[in-house]
Amino acid sequence: MSMEQPIIETRSLNLFYGSFQALINVDLQIQDRQITALIGPSGCGKSTLVRVFNRMNDLIDGVRVTGRVLVQAENIYAPSIDMIALRRKVGMVFQRPNPFPLTVAENITFGLEVHRSLPRSEFRRMIEESLKGVLLWEDLKDRLDAPALGLSLEQQQRLCIARVLAMKPKIILMDEPCSALDPIATMKIEDLMRELKRDYTIVIVTHNMQQAARASDFTAFMYLGELIEFGETKSLFRTPRVKRTEDYITGRFG
Amino acid sequence: MERQLSQDLERLKANLIRMGSLVQQSVSDSLEALLHRSEANARQVLDRDEQVDSLELEIDEEVLDLLALRQPVASDLRFIIAAQKINNDLERIGDHAVNIAQSAVLFAQRTFRTDMLDMPVMADIGRTMLREALDSFIRLDPALARSVIIEDDKMDDRNRVLSSKVIEVIRRDPEALEWGLEMIRISRNLERVSDLATNIAEETIFLTQARMVKHKSESDL
Repeated sequence: MSMEQPIIETRSLNLFYGSFQALINVDLQIQDRQITALIGPSGCGKSTLVRVFNRMNDLIDGVRVTGRVLVQAENIYAPSIDMIALRRKVGMVFQRPNPFPLTVAENITFGLEVHRSLPRSEFRRMIEESLKGVLLWEDLKDRLDAPALGLSLEQQQRLCIARVLAMKPKIILMDEPCSALDPIATMKIEDLMRELKRDYTIVIVTHNMQQAARASDFTAFMYLGELIEFGETKSLFRTPRVKRTEDYITGRFG
Repeated sequence: MERQLSQDLERLKANLIRMGSLVQQSVSDSLEALLHRSEANARQVLDRDEQVDSLELEIDEEVLDLLALRQPVASDLRFIIAAQKINNDLERIGDHAVNIAQSAVLFAQRTFRTDMLDMPVMADIGRTMLREALDSFIRLDPALARSVIIEDDKMDDRNRVLSSKVIEVIRRDPEALEWGLEMIRISRNLERVSDLATNIAEETIFLTQARMVKHKSESDL
């Protein structure tokens, strides 16, 4: 494993929803510009963990976090943290494509207006750059004023990724980004992830183990809130070190 | 509920065991034919070869289906890869048994020298190595597999010694040339059987310990 400074690091991370402990002592290091997959059975804490990295869990009542979470060596649970800057730096893509009920172009510029003090003259350039980033520019350059909800699901998901790219993030979190897509669209999104990793760090939550094996560089296997095994995807799927990982990825439980 | 994959893997293993016993029988019959001048035994080996070849193809198909349809990982994947290699090794062992049986036919038909030198001992080592290699695979016993690998050197030594003895005999008695060529051919086939048994043992270790032991020296095993 690379000895570079990880872009995300958790130390003794615990997370409670009221009295229920959803994450137990998680120590994890995520490498810059790599794709890391979080896998495990439903309820294992993988979605909770990914939502720690941009503090999305804060929106839930009764959440309590202990331990440290560093993003680019900065403690994101420190009181001084700038939440807007954090959410810009750590973008998120969800299970179902959720474009705003606006035009294609407005979906990209919406965040720019809220988050970034760009002159409007720059908007056009950002729209093009973001859509090119998700390989959607050629398809949509003549339909920038079309309603986003009229696009195919795959294009909607790409647009949601483009919307994140417009914020110039370092990290893109993806929570089951392909579960609403058909196999061909899924493959295209996986190809896109490989393109994006040249410039961004990607953390993907998936319950599709084949997807983790195909698309990621590192895999973390979680079970009942604990990180059971973490390592290079190819060694985890060839020779897992922990019996429980083996049983899960070979379909003996879960 | 049992995994579909578990049932498929059980069937694959059962077929490999069947393949293993066919080939073991051929090796035994060919050596029996040779050492007891029994042409009937030799014919059985030649007849059985078709069965061995078609079972090899059947197992190959099963492996392809498993890889294409079940996306196996971890120990399941290692088992399937090991099974494919062992299948291949067994088929080649079957071919060596055929070669030995063809020599045995000559020994039965011609008035060769009766002298078999060290051949009975080599036959014993070869048979035992094959049996233990297959047992180690079936029982997933890496210790037994390791002992097979160590045995292989003995076979190599005996093959070399036998060849030089044969050459000595031919020097003294040029009439023994045909006998000698057959002896060297049989000895080399036996030595190949033990190499392939060693491969099977190595696959067993790969399977049980996820470690590549090919091309390692004895002390690393």
